[in-house]
Amino acid sequence: MTPPPMAPTGSPMRERETGSDPVRLVRIEVRPHERAGDPRGDALRKQAASIGVRAGAVRSALVYLIEGMLSDADVERVRARLLTNSVLETSVVGASSAAAGERTIEVHPLPGVMDPVAETVRATILELTGAECRVSTGKRFDVAGISEKQAAEIASRFLANPVIEAVHHAPHCPEHLAMFPGSESTVRHVTITTLGDEALRTLSREGHLFLSLDEMRAIQSYFREQGREPTDVELETLAQTWSEHCVHKTLKSTVRITPPAPPEDDVIDWTNRPDHVVNADGSVTIHNLLKSTVAAATNELIADGVDWTLSVFVDNSGIIRFDDEFGVCVKVETHNHPSAIEPYGGAATGVGGCIRDIIGTGLGATPIANTDIFCVAPPDMADIPNGCLHPKRILTQVVAGVRDYGNRMGIPTVNGAVHFDERYVGNPLVFCGSIGVIPAHLCKGAAKKGDRIIALGGRTGRDGIHGATFSSAELTDSHADEFSHAVQIGNAIEEKRTLDAILRARDVQGGPLYNAITDCGAGGFSSAVGEMGEKLGAEVHLDRAPLKYEGLRYDEIWISESQERMVLAVPSGNVAALQQICDEEQVELADLGHFGTENAELVLNYRGGEVGRLSMAFLHDGIPMPTREAKWEKPKVGVKPTAADADEIDIEKTLLKLLSDPNIASKRWIVRQYDHEVQGNTIIKPLVGPLGDGPGDAAVIQPVAGSKQGLAIACGMATALGDPNKGGDPYLMALAAIDECVRNLVCVGADPTRIAILDNFCWPSCDKPENMGSLVRAAEGCYDGAKAYRTPFISGKDSLHNQFRTDDGRLIEIPPTLLISGVGIVPGVSKCVTMDAKLLSPDKTGSCGIFITIGDDLKFANGQMVVDPIRCAAAAYAVHLVIQRGLALAVHDVSEGGVLLAVAEMAIASEEDCGIDADWEFLVPWNEEAGCEDETLVNHLQVGKYVVQLAGYSGGPEFEQVRACVFEASARFGLIPESIASIDAVLSEEDDIRRERDAIDILWCGHFTRSGNFNGIPTSTLRDAFFGTLDW
Amino acid sequence: MTSPQPPTAIVIRSAGINCDAEMVRGFELAGARVDLVHLDRVMSEPGMLKKYDLIGFPGGFSYGDDIGAGRVFGTRVREHLYGALRDAAERGTPMIGICNGFQVLVQTGLLPGFAHGVWPTEPPESTVALAENAGARFIDRWVRMEVPAETRCIWTRGLTDDAELMTLPIAHGEGRFVVDSERTLASIERNGQVALRYAGDDNPNGSAGNIAGICDPSGRIFGLMPHPDRYLSWFNHPYWTRLAPEQRTGDPPGLRIFRNAVEAVRTVSA
Repeated sequence: MTPPPMAPTGSPMRERETGSDPVRLVRIEVRPHERAGDPRGDALRKQAASIGVRAGAVRSALVYLIEGMLSDADVERVRARLLTNSVLETSVVGASSAAAGERTIEVHPLPGVMDPVAETVRATILELTGAECRVSTGKRFDVAGISEKQAAEIASRFLANPVIEAVHHAPHCPEHLAMFPGSESTVRHVTITTLGDEALRTLSREGHLFLSLDEMRAIQSYFREQGREPTDVELETLAQTWSEHCVHKTLKSTVRITPPAPPEDDVIDWTNRPDHVVNADGSVTIHNLLKSTVAAATNELIADGVDWTLSVFVDNSGIIRFDDEFGVCVKVETHNHPSAIEPYGGAATGVGGCIRDIIGTGLGATPIANTDIFCVAPPDMADIPNGCLHPKRILTQVVAGVRDYGNRMGIPTVNGAVHFDERYVGNPLVFCGSIGVIPAHLCKGAAKKGDRIIALGGRTGRDGIHGATFSSAELTDSHADEFSHAVQIGNAIEEKRTLDAILRARDVQGGPLYNAITDCGAGGFSSAVGEMGEKLGAEVHLDRAPLKYEGLRYDEIWISESQERMVLAVPSGNVAALQQICDEEQVELADLGHFGTENAELVLNYRGGEVGRLSMAFLHDGIPMPTREAKWEKPKVGVKPTAADADEIDIEKTLLKLLSDPNIASKRWIVRQYDHEVQGNTIIKPLVGPLGDGPGDAAVIQPVAGSKQGLAIACGMATALGDPNKGGDPYLMALAAIDECVRNLVCVGADPTRIAILDNFCWPSCDKPENMGSLVRAAEGCYDGAKAYRTPFISGKDSLHNQFRTDDGRLIEIPPTLLISGVGIVPGVSKCVTMDAKLLSPDKTGSCGIFITIGDDLKFANGQMVVDPIRCAAAAYAVHLVIQRGLALAVHDVSEGGVLLAVAEMAIASEEDCGIDADWEFLVPWNEEAGCEDETLVNHLQVGKYVVQLAGYSGGPEFEQVRACVFEASARFGLIPESIASIDAVLSEEDDIRRERDAIDILWCGHFTRSGNFNGIPTSTLRDAFFGTLDW
Repeated sequence: MTSPQPPTAIVIRSAGINCDAEMVRGFELAGARVDLVHLDRVMSEPGMLKKYDLIGFPGGFSYGDDIGAGRVFGTRVREHLYGALRDAAERGTPMIGICNGFQVLVQTGLLPGFAHGVWPTEPPESTVALAENAGARFIDRWVRMEVPAETRCIWTRGLTDDAELMTLPIAHGEGRFVVDSERTLASIERNGQVALRYAGDDNPNGSAGNIAGICDPSGRIFGLMPHPDRYLSWFNHPYWTRLAPEQRTGDPPGLRIFRNAVEAVRTVSA
């Protein structure tokens, strides 16, 4: 017998055939058996100790509350057969009593919160006993030797989030499970046509619409024309569709920016940019910022011969060609505001949503890898504002969320990063990426008139109401209370079943059973159906959506962001075949209506009556686009380097400080919690080297079994360079982020001419002209960078209200943050390289191999770091040639911490006795202005530079061969003439000098050794610093 | 080719199983013909298991691993398929359970199992289990392995003793091998039923006796926490970029495990 798909937990209980058992609530408590130990209890004890609470023993238990018509024999069967593993656990019906001196902490989800374990228990009890029950679960801890206050502290710091969970200090055993409170579904009209400006503003704020006055006025005039007031669901639909989250109105708007004067002081040349008009007063008007920068770069590259993109900016993810048969698609999203309030659920559903974007690309892609990047406050930050969760809790919980969702989906999480800054304290950033593989002929889909609107997957509940609009607002200390309904908990297995069903429906003989597919993300059905039916119109019957529990209003059904739902456009004739597959995979299918209406309108019905009717044209094109003002002034604080006094240079201290800086220190405690091997295609792992703990530059997977090609996956961020408070320039930040991403990919063997990138802008409010100005500069950097590296943007996303207002009115803006994610084709995986030093057997001088750098030194002008993207692109190409010609044993990019740190990481990642022998001057940057080495400069982010371990010893032919690669690459990028590029050519002295001067720099640095000694510092000391900081 | 008809394998999946493709690939590369079948279908037609020479339970999070790892899958198999699987065991059909599949095999009573002819008609009580890792955390990393010289396991025969190559990836939150009594452990050890151990002192999850995998007394039913299905190619090795090309020849140990069973079946039928 097949367990039926998850039925509503609140569905009415049916009479069973035997009919005599009364409905009752049973509590079953399961504890670890003595012989099995109690790791969960031990872990809590350790956590308590971390905040100074010295607890005695901690005993954990799982609690199941089951309400239904169960006989005693049924209860015994469920307890013994299903809920208890007799080797590991003991269990009781009822509640065990706490021992003397113990305090009980019990955590239960609030009514209506997704509880995947309860769903599984319910379905399995039904199969085992035939009884339909309602189930809820809880966690119990009995902690010895703590006070009441400490128990409350432990609960709030480590165990429960009041937004979704209730804490009990005694065993919880209610008489009945709480039902979710319902509400009336009568049609409500909202008065708007007669309101004045102030009343419109109030309506927008209090109705959680988050629309501007201009937008409210546009809606007002639309309904004045219609001669009626809108219904609540119409207003909600407009608010969702017009939210920043869904429509990217800031990046698509017209911007007028006043650049710094005089123009020659600006690193940006504002002339000759697409759709940029330089006005008489020196200001610049940009029509549709996104189209004129990020997208323009892609379009120009495509026009200029980049012929391997398959779908850019139009679908749920961007697609590039992998080989003749397959494409690879990539999407990166943020889930910042939900993660601020409920980090575990926020991060997990961020992953889930991004995976659904891949499933909903074209006619369906198979997810093959995930990425994650977090920006959080430092874990040791002292003053946490009211209304913020502790940063350490946020980090551990977002990691757990990504882990539990990605691992359960069976998708390897292969790449990521963590960046710490105090300004993320109230508004952390959680970026989730997903990558898929798709048959190249299935890259496009479109709904056809008459297609059924089919919802697949999870049921709709009241979780995640107003997520899209909430994400477009500023966070405050009271948001956790006000927006608890925006919080969602994921159910990965629901999504996995849905994926299994969709892939079967895609791959049936004769082609997919559907014409289009998309996911329910922000805005729920309203966005999914609205987008798919943009040209055709759609008629939807909201009462046909399966619900998690009774009592949802029609408008809640329409905008709920309940997870794990997909919408498909299915020809009527295929619905039965799709139903068959869904039945076999235990996926629920609901027919909500059809695409195609007269006048292409969106028509919403509920229980036989019409509750909404909107023109698709107004919905999608009616949003007013005002011109935004942007300002940029050259930062007053310069980053101009000051030379350290030569006597003060203490390299050992500097190096250990860098290695233990949370931004640099090893993240292996995170990486190892993710399954990065599932699917069996991860061939360069995120952690590399013989000890499996070296920080790899990029991961490589094989998306297509049997193909010799691989796909490298990496990211780049250079937040420090763009921080206006520290004299940064977001333009340089964007160039540096693209450069870092490209370098990471090239380091493992990706072909720099086959790299595609994605942008994720996370900014504070751009209503402020200064922030809008920094956003414009970052976008211009994206344009120039993408053009120089010839790396098209294929997809992107922005999140533009990342700031937190404390209860005393202080505004904390995040630093402008740009994440560049990238994928690159690896032509032959056998040539992949990793960053760990490979110790050769020592030659007679004791050298176990030599390392060099490729790429220019840091340069500064006018107090700003100079980034020349063309020279950086040439360096990337040179390194690619070096790898392809087998000249490199190890390659690593040089970023924070300079060459010094890069070489240290290569040694740490190698065997335990790895050391180096080099002159410090080769590892520390040269300060041109001061005319000396300058260890203060190692703190600067560096661009365009690589450390390469050559495949040979000093005196071998490899160094000359590398020079040849460098000249060849320099010529390719026009830095030197082709005629003098060849190393064999007989050149005039002048040409020879020119070649050396204009080509990108290479520098011989030093030797790896087996001394276990890093130029005088024990390598083991370096390891301790690198691994100690974040070893949680 | 010893036989014109390749051996056939069934790989049984369910909601939440996510390593089925790797297991199918492992059997296929080893020379078997493979059917991937949903548990519901096997439960509705248990007789189908007779058609197969090999049976595989892949890894993943079956039914979310809610309640406990492999608990729902295990309970369903125990309730509906125990008889058919016991018959297969009596026929000598090799079976493998990897990770979640291992968790299923111990909960259905197929491991540590019984000698030929004495399999009970009703599912026996479990005597071993896979508990939450000692560190209370999911771990993914490669761990060095060793095969006890005295093992009866047909799957782990002849694996390389090159310590650098004899490594397998683990990826689990509940992989700590626990026994109900010292007697059980002693009997598993004495009978040569330990098929695979974590080598040296590197016991990643606190397993009793450093045990990573066990087999039944016939050596044909094999369950293990590490993933041989993720080591079918030398490019899967955690640091193959450091290995000399001549080190990377022949079957990697993960593939060899599948090959061993397929060859054993082929030899019998030939």
